[in-house]
Amino acid sequence: MRPLLVLLAAAALLAGCGADDPDADRPGGTLTVYAAASLIDVFERVEAAYRERHPDVDVDIGYLSSAGAATAISQGAPIDVFASADERQMQVVADAGLAEDPQVFAENVLTLAVPEGNPAGVTGLADLAREDLAVALCAPDAPCGAAAERLLAAAGVTARPDTYEEDARATLQKVELGEVDAALVYVTDAAARQQTVDAIEVPEAAAAANRYPISVLAGARDPAAAQAFVDLVLSAEGRELLRDAGFRTP
Amino acid sequence: MTRPATRVPGPLLVPAALGVAFLVLPLLGLLVRTPWSQLAGQLAEPAVGQALRLSLVSATLATALSLVLGVPLAWVLARSRARGRSVLRALVTVPLVLPPVVGGVALFLVLGRQGIVGSWLDDAFGITIPFTTAAVVIAETFVAMPFLVISVEGALRAADSRFEDVAATLGAGRWTTFRRVTLPLVAPGIAAGAVLCWARALGEFGATITFAGNFPGTTQTMPLAVYLALQRDPDAAIVLSVVLLAVSLATLLLLRDRWLGRAGAA
Repeated sequence: MRPLLVLLAAAALLAGCGADDPDADRPGGTLTVYAAASLIDVFERVEAAYRERHPDVDVDIGYLSSAGAATAISQGAPIDVFASADERQMQVVADAGLAEDPQVFAENVLTLAVPEGNPAGVTGLADLAREDLAVALCAPDAPCGAAAERLLAAAGVTARPDTYEEDARATLQKVELGEVDAALVYVTDAAARQQTVDAIEVPEAAAAANRYPISVLAGARDPAAAQAFVDLVLSAEGRELLRDAGFRTP
Repeated sequence: MTRPATRVPGPLLVPAALGVAFLVLPLLGLLVRTPWSQLAGQLAEPAVGQALRLSLVSATLATALSLVLGVPLAWVLARSRARGRSVLRALVTVPLVLPPVVGGVALFLVLGRQGIVGSWLDDAFGITIPFTTAAVVIAETFVAMPFLVISVEGALRAADSRFEDVAATLGAGRWTTFRRVTLPLVAPGIAAGAVLCWARALGEFGATITFAGNFPGTTQTMPLAVYLALQRDPDAAIVLSVVLLAVSLATLLLLRDRWLGRAGAA
């Protein structure tokens, strides 16, 4: 009786392996990505494309402020891939010896966002200095805040913000709620919320673009799955998704 | 008040010690990691003093507001015979279970420029609340007042209502009874509730950053400053946390001695 059982078990095992065999080189397991809040819409589509190609990988993408993500990763969060909204926060991770090979995959510029219908009659950057307007900017530590500082300095405008929001999406949310009259947000964010937010193009913004780097992180649990995600973002398909969302691609 | 020393029953000792370790170790971790050399520099930062002052002022105002509104509310919950009291109690404790960020969004929907009450305030008086220090106080009160209400209600229920009955039979009106009998009776409970409320208001983060935003000097309280510093410079964030911790502990100890006296210390 005993040998028969062993045989059966072995057969079952072999059958199990057989099922996986046709795609033996395909990555399996789990993949956890931390991505800048401004990437949420486009990375949801990238995630869908990734799942299609790697159905056996359990993908999980967390969207948070780049600075918050960089801190968490530097403190040892078990993350496999980091996509930052600027190179400064990627540098934080690189300084901790955790970013393997950061590559810039997109650029994003700022725009003026106003509540639908532009109730305060905002026309350009100079309006951010108006005292009677409620204005939101990203906190200077957030990539969108750093970009806003560069942009305002280049344009010679001294903004009078009422609040410094923690990241790009929090800033946008204040516009969507109609609680501020104007905010500097990414064009991609404004485009993603066309129904509730109007965008006023800022010609000077092109010079203050943010560069988005992505990198597999040291200690990725499944380096192949992580690299496949980075490759997808950098691929022609990934670039097209990014351009559709309003990003510029290198 | 001295009782013969009681020995802790064995089955309580281990979990109690674990409880202490669980609560105190993170604090120790904070102290061990604190770059003490930065302390003087951080304290000299005008932004830090500003945030600390704003935190203390807004938490104190929130506590005052909670006392004015919360003590009467606790009385209603504990003493009135009105129907629907249990529903009322559940409703006023909602902020305890609500994630503070959701509380902040809810405050927008009522008091924001587009909010039900806020839009009227804006149209009629030109008053806008979000992104002001008033918004900080409102957000903190919203989150912290239930702590006071629950404490005071508990004290009222535990207080012997026969004192109030006697006062009434001696001819005291209901208001006089409340002022002269009930209030002194539950004073320790009110003080404990106020301390709890103040501490919760001081640490408030989610509703504040959502509803009041974040601007140095106006709405950036210490917890917001700590959170944002954490993204830039974790060492600075630790120093700020220790400062907030020291100031709040000092205040609580001072108040305990002054307000609660021996009764509170027992």
